[in-house]
Amino acid sequence: MPDTLTRFGSNSGQPTTRRDGIAKVTGQATFAADNHPEGMLHAVYVPAGIARGRVAHLEVEAARAHPGVTHVITPGNRPDLPGDPDAKPTRFSFRIEVLQDDTVRYAGQPIALVLAETLEAATEGARLLAPRYEAEPPRTGLDDNAPFAVEEPGFGAPGDTVHGDPEAGHAAAATSIDATYDTPPQYHNAMESHAVVAQWDGDRLTLDTPSQALAMSCAAYAHLFGIEAADITLRSPYLGGGFGSKAIPNGPMVLAILAAREAGRPVKLSLTRRQMFGPVGHRGATRQRLRLGCDADGRLTVIDHETLAATSTFETFLESASNASQGLYASSAIRSAHQGVRLDVGTPGPMRAPGEASGSAALECAMDELAQAAGIDPLEFRLRNYAETEPGTGKPYSSKALRECYARGAEAFGWADRPARPGTMRSTDGKLVGWGMGTAFFPSPMFAAEARATLRADGSATLETGGADMGQGAWTALAQIAADGIGLPLDRVELRSGLSTLPDGGVAGGSGHTATAGGALHSAGGDVVRQLSELASGQPDSPLFGAGNATFEARGGRLQIAGDDGRGDAFADILARAGLSELTGSGSASRPDADSRDYAMNSHGAVFAEVAVDPDLGQIRVRRLVGAFAAGRIVNPRLAESQLMGGMIWGLSFALHEAAVHDPRSGRILNADLAEYRVPVNADVQGLEVITVEEDDPHVNALGIKGVGEIGITGTVGAIANAVWHATGTRVRRFPIGLADLLAAE
Amino acid sequence: MSFQITLTLNGTAREIALDDTRVTLLDLLRERLEMPGTKKGCDRGQCGACTVLVDGRRINSCLTLAATLDGAEVTTIEGLARGDALHPVQQAFIDNDGLQCGYCTPGQIMSAVGLIAEGTAGDDPERIREGMSGNICRCAAYHGITLAVRQAARQMDNDPKGDAA
Repeated sequence: MPDTLTRFGSNSGQPTTRRDGIAKVTGQATFAADNHPEGMLHAVYVPAGIARGRVAHLEVEAARAHPGVTHVITPGNRPDLPGDPDAKPTRFSFRIEVLQDDTVRYAGQPIALVLAETLEAATEGARLLAPRYEAEPPRTGLDDNAPFAVEEPGFGAPGDTVHGDPEAGHAAAATSIDATYDTPPQYHNAMESHAVVAQWDGDRLTLDTPSQALAMSCAAYAHLFGIEAADITLRSPYLGGGFGSKAIPNGPMVLAILAAREAGRPVKLSLTRRQMFGPVGHRGATRQRLRLGCDADGRLTVIDHETLAATSTFETFLESASNASQGLYASSAIRSAHQGVRLDVGTPGPMRAPGEASGSAALECAMDELAQAAGIDPLEFRLRNYAETEPGTGKPYSSKALRECYARGAEAFGWADRPARPGTMRSTDGKLVGWGMGTAFFPSPMFAAEARATLRADGSATLETGGADMGQGAWTALAQIAADGIGLPLDRVELRSGLSTLPDGGVAGGSGHTATAGGALHSAGGDVVRQLSELASGQPDSPLFGAGNATFEARGGRLQIAGDDGRGDAFADILARAGLSELTGSGSASRPDADSRDYAMNSHGAVFAEVAVDPDLGQIRVRRLVGAFAAGRIVNPRLAESQLMGGMIWGLSFALHEAAVHDPRSGRILNADLAEYRVPVNADVQGLEVITVEEDDPHVNALGIKGVGEIGITGTVGAIANAVWHATGTRVRRFPIGLADLLAAE
Repeated sequence: MSFQITLTLNGTAREIALDDTRVTLLDLLRERLEMPGTKKGCDRGQCGACTVLVDGRRINSCLTLAATLDGAEVTTIEGLARGDALHPVQQAFIDNDGLQCGYCTPGQIMSAVGLIAEGTAGDDPERIREGMSGNICRCAAYHGITLAVRQAARQMDNDPKGDAA
């Protein structure tokens, strides 16, 4: 059988503009809630106004009497759901609230659903339900309940890990710090709220709903509704942002689908912004204690990282923040441990860099504090503790260009000129100026995906996988990889994705989608090329006749002997000789167990921040943010830069903006809207620079791709917090850092 | 109950029978006129995703009752391009990667068109950032958005009577 090279054509590596760009700038890109099938009803649900207790009364008749209202669904008349919403059929399932009973487990939980002919009537019907409650005191702060032991804080994340002897490490330390950092609840708040348009045809179900994991979502819906996953068509061509919140089905979506079956008509549910704070996941609050020690040379003797993290009363997911300390810095001993606290809040879930974002925030501040205590420049301190192999396990890194990230980032930023003492730099307009840095770090996982490739007689091809574009640029980057896999120019390749009836594209999460779905597409194209090689080497009229032992490569729609440009054959000619109108190949991608066993695989980076602080008002502005990242092969530099910048701005947001605030009396979130839950606006962002450091990784996967979606947050939070300290001399250990923290310290 | 209004929508006069006085311009476009290009992000004027032009001014269509718009001229994202020729702001958003998920993009673009027409920002990045800060982008494509508005502002300044006018 002829060999074919895994190679990259001219498509990958190009800064191609978004292939979905025209659809998106003209308003033609169809998001879930843009659908409006004939006969559709609108659904609006009532969110619980208390955080703990029960619903005592609903004015059902008043709602039903409102013109246009067709159905009022409450726990008393909710149609049967074949699957148990409190079961966990897979480890990625969450227990959900679908009007099982009148219990309220958190504020914002759906307690009734109204269907009506118009959105206005459904909204008014929901308002008319005017719930009355029997409330119990809510527990919404980390001190409001007793901690419990955690076995698995996040999906597959270990709860407690110890390498070396932490007690000996503490005893051996010449310099130590013991600091505790608080991070608040944060809510994803994708611009597109969660939405579904559900249509039943007998036992067949069609869903327009944004999904970061199409096949997994269909499996969950099939379980709940007692139908076959193959009878569900889930369409998710575009997601208006996901950030982890659109991977796992939630209660409101399930209720709307159930209502559609009950009504016998299509139903649309689109969450209000306020409803986005509750049943659709969030990043849970943490309190992290870091005890770090180093010897007289500034070498870490211990990293001891304990996390207390919030989860709901009925689920287990929480921020595995301490694990951020496991793979990054060399230390004689490393301990990471977690405890949970059950609170009357919606279940937390994966939110962009789950665990790592919170953990990195605390770790990078702690490293800064220890560097200062030891009298060592923060960058030099990190270099002294550079891990050449994975700490604890001793595994080699599949690749690690972190040293170059430090150097390039520091150079671009001008770090060498940083005065060691805080509070010494002033801007011309009298602001206190500070510089800080942090290391960025994120694992490079792969999931499993499948793909199909079809080459046609005219030399064009369609490549298919049920992937998800939530803004990261999958429509473009996956097409570039697909084109290279099958050896065609990009404009000859159609990518089909975002549809559950296609081969399983896996999960768009964990920064692993490009590597996984891309790997499957590349492999499907390679399967077609292998078949072409076999055909051509057996065709007497082909220039490749008899070349069966040679190594082939495919590019520009031609099959060639590797290293011999003169000897080749066009795809179209090979198909024509064989009398084929098309040729189909299939492919898949996942990481072999041996690779995971033998190598530590991560993206790395270094982030440098400059802040200016008003000495009288405490107002903080980030003036410059430079990030240098090594993340394996960059498929599309334009889109990768956007991803990394977006991540860095999420880091800025974590450091200075975002926090959900609970009313301790009602348990409700006081700032459940986009005016008071502060996310950065354009005026908050300036002086951003992204540097990508080349990295050729032969082990991480066949394509050498590590992923760029999440790493930008890590490192950035600490860099900004450390810059605030450097500007003011005040160390704030509670996020987000605000002017009140600085004024209070005076 | 029906309430009659007349609108000029993307250059075309439309007689609209409103079925309900509570209908916002946003829900009129999205749920009644089959024009879902304008997006709902918060429904209370906090995010800018629903920005359209009314009589040339950028407004939040979620805060505007349709019944108040009798005689108004409304321009939405669907009305910017001329056939296949994109408006300079639309092209600039693609060129500068001023979008990621694309959900806030129609509002960003309408806001940019409005801002450029206001003439207060020119091609000054600081003023563009300020003038575009009523439009939240959670993907945080702000760097590209600022570059895009600057590119379009310069282009339209050089060619005020072209497609951009």
